[in-house]
Amino acid sequence: MSTEVAEVVEKKSEPLFSKKNRKLITNPLDIDNPVTVQVLGICSALAVTTQMKPAMVMAIALTVVTASSNFIISIMRNSIPSRIRIIVQLAVVSLWVIMVDQVLKAYVYDIWKQLSVFIGLIITNCIVMGRLEAYAMGNKPGPSFLDGIGNGLGYGLILMIVAFFRELLGGGSIFGFKVFEAMGLDYKGNGLMLLPAGACVIVGVVIWVQRSINGYRETH
Amino acid sequence: MDLVNLGIRSIFIDNMIFAYFLGMCSFLAISKKVKTAFGLGMAVVFVLGVTVPLNWIIQEYVLNPGALTWVSSDFASIDLGFLQFIVFISVIAAVVQLTEMAVEKFSPALYGSLGIFLPLIAVNCAILGGALFMVGKNPPFSFAQSVVYGVGSGFGWMLAIVALAGVREKMKYSNVPGPLKGLGITFILVGLMSLGFLSFLGFSL
Repeated sequence: MSTEVAEVVEKKSEPLFSKKNRKLITNPLDIDNPVTVQVLGICSALAVTTQMKPAMVMAIALTVVTASSNFIISIMRNSIPSRIRIIVQLAVVSLWVIMVDQVLKAYVYDIWKQLSVFIGLIITNCIVMGRLEAYAMGNKPGPSFLDGIGNGLGYGLILMIVAFFRELLGGGSIFGFKVFEAMGLDYKGNGLMLLPAGACVIVGVVIWVQRSINGYRETH
Repeated sequence: MDLVNLGIRSIFIDNMIFAYFLGMCSFLAISKKVKTAFGLGMAVVFVLGVTVPLNWIIQEYVLNPGALTWVSSDFASIDLGFLQFIVFISVIAAVVQLTEMAVEKFSPALYGSLGIFLPLIAVNCAILGGALFMVGKNPPFSFAQSVVYGVGSGFGWMLAIVALAGVREKMKYSNVPGPLKGLGITFILVGLMSLGFLSFLGFSL
């Protein structure tokens, strides 16, 4: 294991933040966004966004898991037989998820309780598997790690936007702070936003706005 | 009677897609044609129906605190709960791989139509989600209940994907604003359909 890591450090001759590598982080934020363009990781994007705090914890957890499993799989990419690669990938991912799960359980128990099965479901989150298949299996560990961070951030961005509107319109608060009460307004909260249906419609509108701005169109 | 109630509940009220959003990735990606959607739906029913009871057995006899007492009474204090994720996902991946091999051998025609979807099912959140929800139930499920729950959730998922595919086939002929085309309008459609499924909450079972 230690020799492999040493090799990686040697190979990384180009600067870590070269133009190409910076693109790996900025692209997934907009034109290559994992949620709204690649259509990956929708399940948790809709399910954990009723409030901003759990959404943020979820985004951080996913970024950690994606980046580190990208890194590990990229190191092992030449020695994995292609027939059993999915099982190998799942084993590596679930290792990281178990670690994240234990850390969250120890330090932020309330939020861990709220997220319940969705931490475990990071294993089958399509973003992790999708990036492993599409990027880490064919690229060096350094860029793969950055690709994981970029996609995690892109996912987090959408999560925060959706959670912002859902918590503001559904519960009248941001990060648990009662905005409307502080302004002296009487706002009852729109229950529709807290339902699954509201989340779907918000994601649909986010995609609409994003595509109106960057001009991306789908052709049938 | 209890089992029938559970079955209906897992298909309509606790629908995997419309109530929990599990398996959304393949739900959105493979719902352009009714025929392929139906094929994938059947595969999900089968895999859920097998893996949920299988994981129930493993949870009951290996992972629960003190579950290993059937091996030796010395193991009464062992709690392997933290291995849950990795064990469940291995079981699922193994079952999917076995199913793929069996289908390939015994029914090449079915394999031809399902081929690409089968390996995808291993990473469908609905499968792992079904197993994790089954464990979290209070009071705990019996074996028969876990079978009904697995098959029922599978049928709920299939119902949802076939319904969405039907609507999307018709959507092709509608005049949708450019930026909203494709993914955007599909999300709004799913939102409206899930609103419809809310009405099943009124059933008292």
